[in-house]
Amino acid sequence: MVLVKKLVLDVLKPHTPNGLEFAKAIAEQGAGYHVSFMVQEVDEHTETVLITIKGEDIQFEAISSTIESLGGSLHSVDEVEVINSEEQ
Amino acid sequence: MSILSELGLLLRISRSHAIARRYFVVNGFDGALTMLGIIMAFYLSNETSMTVIVSACIGAAVALGMSGLSSAYISEVAERQQELKTLESAMVKDMSKSAHAQAARWVPVMIALVNGSAPLLISLLIITPLWLAPMLQVNALSPLPAAIITALLIIFLLGVFLGRISGRFWLLAGLRALLIALVTCAIIFVLTMH
Repeated sequence: MVLVKKLVLDVLKPHTPNGLEFAKAIAEQGAGYHVSFMVQEVDEHTETVLITIKGEDIQFEAISSTIESLGGSLHSVDEVEVINSEEQ
Repeated sequence: MSILSELGLLLRISRSHAIARRYFVVNGFDGALTMLGIIMAFYLSNETSMTVIVSACIGAAVALGMSGLSSAYISEVAERQQELKTLESAMVKDMSKSAHAQAARWVPVMIALVNGSAPLLISLLIITPLWLAPMLQVNALSPLPAAIITALLIIFLLGVFLGRISGRFWLLAGLRALLIALVTCAIIFVLTMH
C-alpha cells in the first residue's frame, strides 16, 4: 500500500479565512497532520500560498475539498513524498 | 464542525462581527429612544388608558423590529452578493460551493436577526413595567415613570457598551448617551406643553 507522507501545494486563496484558520482546517483532516503555511504573493483580494503537509497517510481528496470549501483554488502539486508500506 | 463554530467561521470570513455589533447598538438605541418618546408623550398627556399605551408601544416595537429585519436583510444581501462577485472575479472561479458563498447567504440572515431583534427586545424590556402594572394592581400613572427610568437605564448601558468597544471611559460614554435621551425628553416636553 502506497502512503502519501508529504505534499507541497501551490494554492490561491482569498484573504479570509486567514492563514492560521486555513492551516488548522487542513490539519483537522487527519490525526498527526503537520501543516506549514507560507505566503508567496499578496494581491488586493487574494494571496498565493505554499502549503506543506506532512503525515503518516495524507488523504489528498479530503485536503483538496477542504481547500475548495474555504474558497481556495489548488493550482499545482509542487512536491510529493510517498512510501510503499508493504513488505517485499 | 458544530453549527456555532460554523457560524463563527462565516462571520469571520465575511468580517461581520463589527457590523452585527454596530447594528445591535444603532437599532437598539433607535428602539429605546422611540419607546422613551412614546411613553414620555403619554406620561405628559396624562389622560390615556394603560391598554392604549401598551398597544401603541407594542405596535411601535413590532414595526421597529420588522423594519430592522427587512432593511438589514435587503441591504446586506446586496452587499454580500457584490463582494462574492468581486472575489469570484479575483479568484477566476465559481465559488458557489465555498464558505464565502455560504457566508453571502447566511450572514445577511444573521445580521437581519440582530438588527430586528435589538429594537424589539429592548422595547419589550422598556415596557415591562407597563405589562406588569395590571398584575401588580398599582396606580395607572406610576408604571410610566418606571418605564421611562428603564429606558434611560438601557440607553445609559448602550452608551457604556459603546464606550467599552471604543476603549473610552465607560462612565463618560454612558452619560453622553444619557444626555441624548434627556435632550429628547426635553424636546418632547416642550412640544407637548405648547
